[in-house]
Amino acid sequence: MSGTVLFRRGRVIDPRNGVDGVRDVLVKDGKVAEVSVAPLPVPPGAEVVEAEGHWVLPGFIDLHVHLREPGEEGKETVLTGCRAAVAGGFTAVVAMPNTKVVNDSGLVTELVLSRARAANLCHVYPAGAITKGLKGEELAETGELVSAGCVAITDDGRPVMSAALMRRALQYATLFGVPVMVHEEDLTLSAGGAMHEGPTATRLGLRGIPASAEVAMVARDLVLLEETGGRLHIAHVSCEGSVRLIREAKRRGLNVTAEATPHHVILDDRAVGDYDTHAKMAPPLRADRDVEALREALADGTVDAIATDHAPHGVLDKQVEFEKGINGIIGLETALGLTLELVHGGVLTEKRAVELLSHGPAKAFGLPGGHLAPGAPGDVTVVNPNEEWTVEVHRFYSRSRNTPFHGRRQKGRVVQTWVSGRKVYADGQVKESR
Amino acid sequence: MRHLLGIEGWRRDELEALLDRARVHLPGGPDVTHTLRGKVVANLFFEDSTRTRTSFHMAARGLGAGVLNWSSSGSSTSKGETLLDTARNIEATGPVAIVMRHKSSGAPHLVAKHVRCAVINAGDGTHEHPSQALLDAFTLRQRWGSLEGRTVLIVGDILHSRVARSNLWCLKALGARVVFCGPPTLLPTGLESLGAEVTSNLDAVLPQADAVMCLRLQLERMGEAFLPSTKEYSRLFGLNAAREERMKPGALVMHPGPINRGLELAPSVADGPRSVILEQVSNGVAVRRAILEVCTS
Repeated sequence: MSGTVLFRRGRVIDPRNGVDGVRDVLVKDGKVAEVSVAPLPVPPGAEVVEAEGHWVLPGFIDLHVHLREPGEEGKETVLTGCRAAVAGGFTAVVAMPNTKVVNDSGLVTELVLSRARAANLCHVYPAGAITKGLKGEELAETGELVSAGCVAITDDGRPVMSAALMRRALQYATLFGVPVMVHEEDLTLSAGGAMHEGPTATRLGLRGIPASAEVAMVARDLVLLEETGGRLHIAHVSCEGSVRLIREAKRRGLNVTAEATPHHVILDDRAVGDYDTHAKMAPPLRADRDVEALREALADGTVDAIATDHAPHGVLDKQVEFEKGINGIIGLETALGLTLELVHGGVLTEKRAVELLSHGPAKAFGLPGGHLAPGAPGDVTVVNPNEEWTVEVHRFYSRSRNTPFHGRRQKGRVVQTWVSGRKVYADGQVKESR
Repeated sequence: MRHLLGIEGWRRDELEALLDRARVHLPGGPDVTHTLRGKVVANLFFEDSTRTRTSFHMAARGLGAGVLNWSSSGSSTSKGETLLDTARNIEATGPVAIVMRHKSSGAPHLVAKHVRCAVINAGDGTHEHPSQALLDAFTLRQRWGSLEGRTVLIVGDILHSRVARSNLWCLKALGARVVFCGPPTLLPTGLESLGAEVTSNLDAVLPQADAVMCLRLQLERMGEAFLPSTKEYSRLFGLNAAREERMKPGALVMHPGPINRGLELAPSVADGPRSVILEQVSNGVAVRRAILEVCTS
């Protein structure tokens, strides 16, 4: 399947192993074989990647992706989602269970995995539902889901409103050691809301979603975590209050991790402009002080991972009245550029940016990869840090086009993606193998 | 050709020119002008309205235009047609302007991006109601000459009021001070940053007002318990005879209608000497004629 590859003279940034400098990286039999300061001889038959002037990075891992299959294949499929992932430098994605046939059983998990095997591009790790049908009423069979291959459980898209049920979910998941990933939204506080509560919502006459809708649930779940043990992962953190609570919980040693999306860190609620549904998400884009707090949290380790919440939707879902517009944007192919904006803006160091895209997510979910020590998966992303380009959504591999970033200038671009030692993306082309 | 999606963004001189233009259309002027002769204005009402719809209808007829009246009840929207499809179909019949009311904030903005004719917002959700604010300003100008330095107090359900937002932009642009007053649950956050003063103490601000605009309490939205009772609202925020006595001499009382009589306004105040409520309505036609002229010229 995969041969031998030598990445020559690239700048290797591997935060987990404390590496940042020019190295040769040899990948053999799908795994990293050697990382060397001194130039390595080219093994016979090896493919050589001249990486001078480029970054050679651990493949990116996205903890939060909607692949829409089964059920909404018009928006995305496992295959098209994987193409978008590798084009964005991701070598692994966690697939959310809120498909149309919810992934609340081993059967659906197996279907997603078989589609992923057929696509044969990046690693796909399904997440199973916390509750049957995402209804928030009864626990789904966590054991069956984990046996079938789920790496986390989540009702993403919806909160678990019952505190009692959430408490049991955390307790029960300790049997299997998987993280419980939570979408934090008190539906009684967010009801009817279309965007963040603040001056922009007031100006536009849109019902606001207060920050407390998220913060109150974060507080509740941290209290439950402390009582039950287990692992809590907070999805798409969006506001200052949540950041403060998570920081404090980590200081006290609670087993909590968190992710933030590039869009919540790059845009604030003013991006809604004149009712641009491409700026409509759950949680909503927040105030500038929340954005500031998120940036600090990414830098100081309070937030563990950048995750895209890649949410493909059709034109008809967005070309409607703002209140009717469906939440979410695609993110796989803009993630690196937006993350590097934070680097160019002095918010993150290069090393921290790479960590947030690789080791941070791997560690949060206990996934393979995320680093380049010998023995690690041969998942490698090669980036040209100086290439300037313009986001042109019509060139994206995702089946959907819903992004507010079309036309945005970016500096830094994924040029190659390797999964298990196999080239899956290069020269702007996804390399299918079948 | 331009849209009137909201007052926000209009400059003072543009507003003044429009209000000046409206004077031509006051009773006593020509019954019918021919500005829009041979043209059609489409009234697209996705939400019930008597006053605004009738007023725009009269205004369009008064300019010599034909009027296409469309309402969502009994239309294809109930068959699932999207807003954009409806708007494009109406546009295909060739109107010079679409006058549109919709329950969603921003709906006219969406339509305006996809049609070539002028789009005039006749009220969108809880966002703006620009023609109402213009006729309010027109009415105040008629009484005062200028709004410069005047204080207008807007009382009631600010959260759900498109009239409040449009009036804020309009009155501020014309030089007035705007104070919003209502129960905290009906005051959206961030009003101050939009340039309004905000209070929940009606009795403290009442004596400063040159005009008090009472808003309709949107009882249809009160299922969510914004208020303990209408009785308590009336006691705290209703403009009754006792409060009227503490108003400045000559201060005016306004209401965009429809009034919940005895709730926001005591009948004696609504029909009393300070009230300009019916002038607002009759000025509406003249102002809307001017709007149609400006937007289609």
